Amino acid sequence: MKAPLKWLKDYVDIDIPYRELAYKLTLAGLEVSDIKVIGGSWDNVVVGQITAVNPHPNADRLRLATVDLGQKQMTVVCGAPNLAVGDKIAFAAVGAKLLDGHTGQLTELKPAKIRGVASEGMVCSEKELGISDNHEGILVLPPDLEVGKALSDYLADIIFDIDITPNRADCLSIMGIAREVAAITGKEFRLPDLSYKESGKEIGSYAAVEIKAPDLCPRYCASVIDGIKIGPSPKWMQDRLLACGMRPISNIVDVTNYVMLEFGQPLHAFDYREIRGKKIIVRRAAEGEVMYTLDQVERKFSSDHLMIADAERAVAVAGIMGGLSSEVTPGTTVILLESANFNQAVIHKGSLNLKLSSEASTRFEKGLNPELALIALKRATQLMADLGGGSVAKGLIDVYPGKTEKKPVAISSSDTARLLGMDIKNDEIRKYLESLGLKCNPDAATGKILVEIPWWRNDIACTADLVEEVARVVGYDNIPTTTLSSSLPGGEGASMVTFRQEVRDILVACGFQEVITYPLTNLETLNKLSPDLNLTGPQPLAMANPMSRDLEFLRTSLRFGVLTVLARNQRNREENIRLFEMGKVFIPRAKDLPLENEMLCGLIDSVAPDAYWAGKAEMADFYSAKGAVEALLSRMGLQAVFQAGEDVTISPGKCAHIIVDGEKLGVIGEVHPRVRAGFDIQSPAFLFEIDMDKLKALCGGKQLIFKAVTKFPSTERDIALLIDIQVTYEKVAGIISGFPLVVGVRLFDLYAGEQIPAGKKSLAFRITYQAEDHTLTDEEVEAVQQKIVEKLAADFGAGLRS
Amino acid sequence: MLSQVDEVASSAHADLQKVTRLADLEAWRVRYLGRKSKLINILRSLAALPVDERRDVGARANQVKNQLEQSLAQKKDELDRSVNLSLQKESIDISLPGRPYHLGRLHPTTRATKEICDIFVSMGFQIAEGPEVEWEYYNFEALNMPAEHPARDGFATLWVDYVTESGTRPMLMRTHTSPVQIRVMEHTRPPIRVIAPGRVYRYEATDATHEWMFSQVEGLAVDKNITLADLKGTLFEFARRLFGKDRKCRFRCDYFPFVEPGVEIAIDCFMCGGKGCRLCGNSGWIEILGAGMVHPEVLRGCGIDPEVYSGFAFGMGVERIPILKYGIDDIRLFYGNDLRFLRQF
Ligand SMILES: [Zn+2]
Repeated sequence: MKAPLKWLKDYVDIDIPYRELAYKLTLAGLEVSDIKVIGGSWDNVVVGQITAVNPHPNADRLRLATVDLGQKQMTVVCGAPNLAVGDKIAFAAVGAKLLDGHTGQLTELKPAKIRGVASEGMVCSEKELGISDNHEGILVLPPDLEVGKALSDYLADIIFDIDITPNRADCLSIMGIAREVAAITGKEFRLPDLSYKESGKEIGSYAAVEIKAPDLCPRYCASVIDGIKIGPSPKWMQDRLLACGMRPISNIVDVTNYVMLEFGQPLHAFDYREIRGKKIIVRRAAEGEVMYTLDQVERKFSSDHLMIADAERAVAVAGIMGGLSSEVTPGTTVILLESANFNQAVIHKGSLNLKLSSEASTRFEKGLNPELALIALKRATQLMADLGGGSVAKGLIDVYPGKTEKKPVAISSSDTARLLGMDIKNDEIRKYLESLGLKCNPDAATGKILVEIPWWRNDIACTADLVEEVARVVGYDNIPTTTLSSSLPGGEGASMVTFRQEVRDILVACGFQEVITYPLTNLETLNKLSPDLNLTGPQPLAMANPMSRDLEFLRTSLRFGVLTVLARNQRNREENIRLFEMGKVFIPRAKDLPLENEMLCGLIDSVAPDAYWAGKAEMADFYSAKGAVEALLSRMGLQAVFQAGEDVTISPGKCAHIIVDGEKLGVIGEVHPRVRAGFDIQSPAFLFEIDMDKLKALCGGKQLIFKAVTKFPSTERDIALLIDIQVTYEKVAGIISGFPLVVGVRLFDLYAGEQIPAGKKSLAFRITYQAEDHTLTDEEVEAVQQKIVEKLAADFGAGLRS
Repeated sequence: MLSQVDEVASSAHADLQKVTRLADLEAWRVRYLGRKSKLINILRSLAALPVDERRDVGARANQVKNQLEQSLAQKKDELDRSVNLSLQKESIDISLPGRPYHLGRLHPTTRATKEICDIFVSMGFQIAEGPEVEWEYYNFEALNMPAEHPARDGFATLWVDYVTESGTRPMLMRTHTSPVQIRVMEHTRPPIRVIAPGRVYRYEATDATHEWMFSQVEGLAVDKNITLADLKGTLFEFARRLFGKDRKCRFRCDYFPFVEPGVEIAIDCFMCGGKGCRLCGNSGWIEILGAGMVHPEVLRGCGIDPEVYSGFAFGMGVERIPILKYGIDDIRLFYGNDLRFLRQF
């Protein structure tokens, strides 16, 4: 909402600097987001009068104007077409700062010779003064201005651009803002005079109003002005409309706009000749009813829309836009002026589904009070009769089915103490509230103040609302600052947050970059992970109003996110990429919110970085991913079993299920070439996925217990085995570590190929022996080692490799 | 005895000539100047000699001992120098790059969320969470925003395609973290002090300053006698811990349907110091938090008596913090997941 300072001054005296006022308004909830200063740089600009205009000796298009400035006369060279002797104009002396008519830059006026004639200043256009974009000719001032006086005494203004919060529709008006200014600066608020002369016929002889939808139209007021003459509105009104961002049209339309800005009440002027049957009917639209709106578009309506109709047809969409047929035209002589109140929901819905939003509809949908309708009607009728010269019909139409009473709200100093933490006496509370126009009645019995809520404050309904009003007038910067002294809560909060952070930190330490992706995708992408997802997996939840085809379904897997991110970064020639994402997948449930299952998904690409000068960089493989999972689980105190398994996203034979305490925690493996191709990933990639909720549950039971560090030395023995290629590492290592005194088994070599019989492989282990209570002898160690060899030979036919 | 001393002297000097390593020098020292060396034994046995001889031998032995000690020091210097000289010859190119360590990093949103939460946790707040797919009731109604409430226009909503038997469509992607307030108050009695971090969603076209998915941290404190002054003190302290102790804070009235009185908190612009610049949109202030005293209707709806208890709530955007702190000029970078962006944090 734009609010010119001069206009505000019509209703309240303002004597503090405008910047201070802007700050106070902002603190009070009316955020001044921009301040436009007109005439802020008019230091050397004064009112002058043209006393003579002579031709320029050297140029046909230029003329020499003699300007009277009271004390002295100046001659300037001027190219404007509208120079006229006797006109009052804005004269800029050398040194004045003006906007350049062409570049728009603020420039200082220098003495100049134009085509050989010295010019002692300049006669200014509106554009040069920063008033408007008009640069066609010079600005002609009203004749009553005093010659020699500073122009800023008459024309300068400051325009505040104020963001109005949705609860304060009353402040979508100069009047509403002026009320606020009065309260926060401690001044008196003045309502303009609303009186006018009624010299016409009885209004009943012109029209009657019937409200057929009283739930949607709480009040309908109207006046009639007969014998009006359409023409332009006066310059002062046009200036104010322009300053508030509205275009002047004609005296009648301008008055409706002016009063809407002034009071916040939208009004509509009908050409009375087009109202058939002397009747205004407020009703719901018939299904499929058709009408041309003012913007010359034929629109179709339904029973969701509220219409203004005459005896035969619709003439306006209530609160949104007028109809074309009853538009005020240059030939209009009788005006039926509507000032009504409509249900905010019906206007909101109507404006949304007609895709039609107007200054009127935005005000109605925020909620206006019906009391305003009559006040604004009187003001507009007065101005119309003044400017249009007609006679006002006797009486007003006022149909008011929705009149309501507001209940008083109580407040006392205990409320402000309890909610604001400030000690404010009842008398002071009363003073603050009365400055806002709220009537206060102290109630001796309860010690409280009963506050009558004025009609324009729809937002005040409870004590807390009044407390805020007190705080606003006190000034939010005067609220004290204290620290919480309440007792600390019991319980422990959401431990998942801490747990999640632990897991993240481990993965980061393992070299993984965290990513966060959108949880919405399309079915094609989900299908790339698993072609038969539609048949076996849960059908993902869809959006009812998706923003695009690609953001339609809620993910049931994290996998596509990391795969997409990998592909994207490979295209940027990144190498050695390790990613993880932790986030929710959404599993639909019947008649309930989806199950939000927290998952972890990691992905490693196999592209090795460029060789390092001190050695060759290694390609990542399945075991790089497995190492990360093992590091994570062991840090969490868990021991996992990796069981060969299957998964649609993962290549068969290179896939393992991660099992802890007999429960499947996740999956790991090489991304299936089909999936890689789907996501356009060029080289092998390795993925792991862990159910965070299960992981947390498993960790929950684990209690870390200290184990003493043995004082006795350990000893190591190597063993190289020749064994069938099918026998897994896990089986061999399992047998070895099952023997007494064995505290560590490490595979340090794995070989198959030349020098090894076909179908066999060589495994070399380093076995660590240690006893907790004595130093081992060679004999003891040899004895166990011998048994190990025998057992492996018996179970797998393993032989020693010499 | 004198001759013995001379013998020691000459053999010691001869041996010292042959020493080339520091370790050998130590052996030489033990042999000729050690506690069990001949020379020291001679000095120790002086008392047993006749007076005349004692004087001569004593003087000579002490002279030799001094000479040897001096030679030892000289030789040590010499060897030290030659060791350094030979090390110098093996010098390496210290300008070669170090062996690379592959470092991972947290996403900037995760980092910022943690930074915010850590401050509140240190003030005694506990962390709470709620679902990202919510019922309309928790997202709007329970927060004092019934259907058709004009403030709902500020929350462009993504609705889930879920229709109840009665034909309503009550499921949505939560538009803010405030529903967690309600869920906490429904299940917990005061004193309550929680913060709720999480992702939120809006039906919104993306551009440099708009993203349809972003993160918020919500806060709530409910107990007897919690005041707006407590809110101001708590959140000013938070702002200074996050943005630096010299920051000025602005406390102004604002409107959110679920609080009353409502508040917005801004800090003075750290780019221009309050004079006005592009970062602060020429106002000199940067808005960081919306807050207020929990609306009595919201408390009542959760079964908490607003006549007995009061509380404050606040909410803030998370991405905004790194955007402001590091001068990030496009919010879409956060979830575009370009490693060249992510690696900077
Ligand atoms: Zn700034």
